[in-house]
Amino acid sequence: MAKLTLIQAINDALRVAMRQDSSVVLLGEDIGINGGVFRATDKLIDEFGPDRVIDCPLAESGFMGAAIGMAVNGLKPVVEVQFDGFLAPAHEQVANHLSRIRHRSRGRFTCPMVVRVPSWGGIKALEHHSESIENWYLNIPGLKMVAPSNPYDAKGLLLAAIEDPDPVLFMEPKRLYRAFRAEVPEGHYTVPLGQAAVVREGSDMTVLTYGVHVHTALEAAEQAAAQHGWQAEVIDLRSLNPLDLDTIIGSVKKTGRAVVVSEAPRTGGFHSELIALINDHALEYLEAPVARVSGFDVPMPYLLSEDLYIPDAGRVLDAMQAVRTY
Amino acid sequence: MKVETALTRGEQLFPVRRVLQADGTLLEPLPDFLSHDVLKDVYRKMVFLRVYDQRCLNLQRQGRMGTFAPFSGQEASQVGSAYLLRPDRDWIFPTYRDHGAMHVMGVPLVNILRYFMGDEQGSRAPEGVNAFPISIPIATQLLHAVGAAWAGKLRGEDTVAVGYAGDGGTSPGDFHEALNFASVFNVGAIFFIQNNRYAISTPISRQFKAPTIAQRALAYDIAGVRVDGQDVLAVLTVMHEAIERARSGGGPTLIESVTFRYGPHTTSDDPKRYRAQEELEEWQAKDPIERLRRYLAAQGNWSDSDDEALWSAAREQVAAAVAEAEAMPRPSVDELFDYLYAEPTPNLLRQKEELKAYLARKEGGARG
Ligand SMILES: Cc1ncc(C[n+]2csc(CCOP(=O)(O)OP(=O)(O)O)c2C)c(N)n1
Ligand SMILES: [Mg+2]
Repeated sequence: MAKLTLIQAINDALRVAMRQDSSVVLLGEDIGINGGVFRATDKLIDEFGPDRVIDCPLAESGFMGAAIGMAVNGLKPVVEVQFDGFLAPAHEQVANHLSRIRHRSRGRFTCPMVVRVPSWGGIKALEHHSESIENWYLNIPGLKMVAPSNPYDAKGLLLAAIEDPDPVLFMEPKRLYRAFRAEVPEGHYTVPLGQAAVVREGSDMTVLTYGVHVHTALEAAEQAAAQHGWQAEVIDLRSLNPLDLDTIIGSVKKTGRAVVVSEAPRTGGFHSELIALINDHALEYLEAPVARVSGFDVPMPYLLSEDLYIPDAGRVLDAMQAVRTY
Repeated sequence: MKVETALTRGEQLFPVRRVLQADGTLLEPLPDFLSHDVLKDVYRKMVFLRVYDQRCLNLQRQGRMGTFAPFSGQEASQVGSAYLLRPDRDWIFPTYRDHGAMHVMGVPLVNILRYFMGDEQGSRAPEGVNAFPISIPIATQLLHAVGAAWAGKLRGEDTVAVGYAGDGGTSPGDFHEALNFASVFNVGAIFFIQNNRYAISTPISRQFKAPTIAQRALAYDIAGVRVDGQDVLAVLTVMHEAIERARSGGGPTLIESVTFRYGPHTTSDDPKRYRAQEELEEWQAKDPIERLRRYLAAQGNWSDSDDEALWSAAREQVAAAVAEAEAMPRPSVDELFDYLYAEPTPNLLRQKEELKAYLARKEGGARG
């Protein structure tokens, strides 16, 4: 097995999907000869040519809309949005069409396509390059949402997303693209959508998170164990929709305490929905109110202040302390 | 079968306007507003921009600045597009690459440095300078230029608003909406499009099939012009005409400045992946700064020692601005919260206190 970075795993998944299914086409900006600004599509144009690796004019609404047309007519487009903030111009197509074509046509037309979005902050980029778009789409029914936290899941989830019959927003933690390598099997395999992973077992509290903050939570969990002897169970949601409610609720019932972590602004975030679900399904098991670690209700700051905004292990540890000492 | 339309001949309909040739000789007599003092000042500004742009590339490499978008090669567009505007009555709506134009409009270099160093204060133009903060989402700001010019018109003022974009910026709907609104409401907006042939790696042949950007003006029934973006005198001339048109109620102008960026798209980009070295060298031979220097020298009152003195003065000024920017404190925690609304909401005040308390604990090492 090769040790790959997360971005290499994405590249590998795209190559496997394209070799296996000639209806898979890629659309985006600078994805051809440049291989994408993060190199997710590196060298794919050499193997699959410009009709399948399609550099588009600079118009997200344009290629999102065109990809929808392709998807309803037999292709499986995988759209790369260069950075999270630039999904905004395509919002109309995503919210008003992509998400509901199956529903609107009563199953006659479908959009089996994937929208890949390098997401979240942590790379000290310019403005609009560090957004938490899961929250933009949380309230738009009809979109599946996936967020890997490691190379193995990235490849397996992307292949599952491409094979899925419905549109999938595939959020990639850009901060982890080259952060570490991990073993990734060659060839085809999938990680099914809708299954969370318990990445650290524990009985004192449950930490629910996804993407880059799986690692923040693990770091905090180690500190909590070292400093207080508390064993936190860390759950990597992997898929936000469909959501693995059984794993989440099972763990919260077991530990009686929960912390939710994401870097999205606080109000109305996916973390808030997790709290509501715990409230719905496990309230009587709770020993303490669920603690929320999130960004603040402000735009992602420019780079000098980025660290102030993004949750770190210390903030997660504080939340653990709050639920533990309530 | 190739369809021939009137616009297939766009290059004939919209010839590139040029005043100064690469060898430094004039193609037409200079208009009155381009006095010798003005030319020297324009030259001085282009040199200053080149020096600071190159300095920023170095600062980024040394880890003293974040991602930076250089404009070297495009100085004639940067200076020429903003030079004739009135900073307090006209407006500019720049992209990430138009910080040169922002500086010409009156934004201090220190602000631009702070912006790229990652401080929001850098986005705040001084009072009396109508330079909008850098807009990164492509082409969105063109509509703001329409609105600013329109507001002036509704108030009976002769406001001119310049919206900037690149060749890639002509693809989103916002570009077309901006041209159409400006046309329908006949407002004094100028769309200054720097066609530097690439949008990151994407060549113009992938943005549009038409031979020119300027010809799109025909469809919207507005004035359109192509200009040699390596000839600052030509850029100044077409801007002068567009400004006159806007101020006198003649409506918008679409300007396509044909140019080239010498450097990477940003410091995260590697242009060797998509661009040939020969293409770069071909454009460097048409350098806008060298072109004007040749003209000034040929006029007999610009010596080599004047030139050396100017470049070294620019280096000193830039060094002073860098020192000033680097001496500035980090943005405070308050700044994270205090500018979102006229008055911070109770929710934001709570979050601010929470963050401050966390930082105090962290720094005090009181935790755990
Ligand atoms: C809506 C949107 N999509 C994508 C990007 C990422 N991006 C930044 S600059 C750029 C290319 C712009 O090219 P062009 O308009 O020609 O201007 P230039 O950079 O050449 O000055 C892209 C794709 C963006 N900033 N905004
Ligand atoms: Mg360009």
